[in-house]
Amino acid sequence: MTANQIMFFLFSVVIIVCSILTVTSRRILRAATYLLFVLVSSAGLYFMLDYQFLAAVQLTLYAGGIVVLIIFSILLTSQISQKFEPVEWKKSIFSAVASIAGAVITIITILDFKFSATTQAAKEVDMHLVGNSLLSVGEDGYALPFEVITILLLAAMVAAIVIAKKAGPKDTHSQTTKHV
Amino acid sequence: MNTGIPLSYFLILASIMFFIGVYGFLTRRNLITILMSLELILNSVNINFLTFNRYLYPHKLEGFFFSLFVIAVAASEAAVAIAIIINIYRRFTTINVEDVDTMRY
Repeated sequence: MTANQIMFFLFSVVIIVCSILTVTSRRILRAATYLLFVLVSSAGLYFMLDYQFLAAVQLTLYAGGIVVLIIFSILLTSQISQKFEPVEWKKSIFSAVASIAGAVITIITILDFKFSATTQAAKEVDMHLVGNSLLSVGEDGYALPFEVITILLLAAMVAAIVIAKKAGPKDTHSQTTKHV
Repeated sequence: MNTGIPLSYFLILASIMFFIGVYGFLTRRNLITILMSLELILNSVNINFLTFNRYLYPHKLEGFFFSLFVIAVAASEAAVAIAIIINIYRRFTTINVEDVDTMRY
């Protein structure tokens, strides 16, 4: 076994075990921590695939940004010491059967299919190439999706502020019809 | 391939992760844990895209940029979803999906 393979199996074991713990843990803050381990191990896989830039984005944006956001919202909305009710066995069994059946079908298909690789030389993904591709409109240019993403991020930022801010004195009457 | 790992190993890992996320999505009751299962699903899709890009089309960059955009969409989705969750908590004082059924027909 080469070092690469050992690293791959290490990352896969961490990803699979921590994913299962993320969806089954009964304490919500622990689930968020296991999710962090999954995301960091995926960044390791990206490093193994030679996509250093994307691995850095994964570490800073997913592991640094989204997990912190999730932990903040857990602290704002939940009792940390509280444990979830265990899942009903009926629901748990049916969901497990559905997921395992899906996974088995997918894995059988993957193992059956003969992937044919190209013989073309691999392209080195460095920052120059990424930057030029993001802003070029010609062949291998991604200017349009880049612009769409900028609009989406702006819209998401405005939406998050508008949704999460407290209602002003003008529309407090809508708050009085409170359903519990 | 220089890494010495077959393509199918990455795909099998990504599909196992995807279906663990689906299981969590089906069984969880809390909105934040549902969101975490969704992040698992999106992350497994990213691994798939990058693997295909590296192993089958190494002279192109489509998978790379697609996963970059998936990460951006996931970030904005998480921000909006958490704003909605905080608003729901303020109004109903719970984020359990079964207690938030005012709009149910």
